[in-house]
Amino acid sequence: MKFSEYLKYLLIGTAFGFVLMKSEVVSWFRIQEMFRFDAFHMYGIIGLAVVVGIISVQIIKRNNMKDAQGNPISIPPKDASQVKRYLIGGSMFGLGWALLGACPGPMFALLGSGLTIMVIPILAALAGTYTYGILRDKIPH
Amino acid sequence: MFDILYQPWPWYVAGPIIGLTVPVLLLLGGKMFGVSANLRHACAACNFGNVEFFNYDWKKAGKWNITFLVGSVLGGFLGGFVFANPEPIALAQSTIADLQAMGIQDFNGLVPDDLFTWGALGTVPGLIVLILGGFLVGFGARYAGGCTSGHAISGLSDLQLASLIAVIGFFIGGLLMTWFIYPIILS
Repeated sequence: MKFSEYLKYLLIGTAFGFVLMKSEVVSWFRIQEMFRFDAFHMYGIIGLAVVVGIISVQIIKRNNMKDAQGNPISIPPKDASQVKRYLIGGSMFGLGWALLGACPGPMFALLGSGLTIMVIPILAALAGTYTYGILRDKIPH
Repeated sequence: MFDILYQPWPWYVAGPIIGLTVPVLLLLGGKMFGVSANLRHACAACNFGNVEFFNYDWKKAGKWNITFLVGSVLGGFLGGFVFANPEPIALAQSTIADLQAMGIQDFNGLVPDDLFTWGALGTVPGLIVLILGGFLVGFGARYAGGCTSGHAISGLSDLQLASLIAVIGFFIGGLLMTWFIYPIILS
């Protein structure tokens, strides 16, 4: 990867982290509010993000658009027949998301905001990922 | 003029910008947006137990994404430190009342000091939230093949049924935790 490539992804990531902060998506309080159905804020953000995402992906697919390097854009489909994996794994993720009040993106954005204690959940998340790697063949998918 | 950098952004501004991350990454690099893959890349980078799931060329697969993640930390620094909003979050009154009843006292920042300080790590609720919460996020994201960005944003944007099932799972777990398990943890 060239320097300009690194800079490109760094800038997109910076914009993403900035919006996560400004929209308060990183807030444990906002996640509590969402799962209590007390405000539209989080649903509005996720909902509009998905609407914008669907429209743009459809435009990209229907026009067979290529990326900046000239390669065709292909999105690998996910195997929806692995219902157990998505439902059980998803539920475990949801338990963690509500407990910690942060999903992976916000964990790192919060760390950047100066909340040093986020090092602990990040290390725990790495341990969780590693544990999944070990147990992968022994749990239903 | 700089007020907008300090103030919180409404959902109808933030939502579309977050959604645009999907086409921007696809068009600029043919990449599919998903943050939690970086946790796997990090495990692959130091795969001391030689676990098969982490035996792949993480540099080739993940350099772009790790760079994106470093950017997110930088964005967090800019948005949450340099241009931090000095005001408490405008939360729903009912949420504040419910959380107060559960014993949460600090409503000043993005997260409550009751749970998110180094001191809280010495309390049972703090330990459960920070360590078990993080562990479940990491385990669950890989088990489900993605997190909020990979499934709820990217996957749903591509109308993937698998992602819809995963998001339903996110809510099953999240609602169980919020309504039934959290009150026990904080009591």
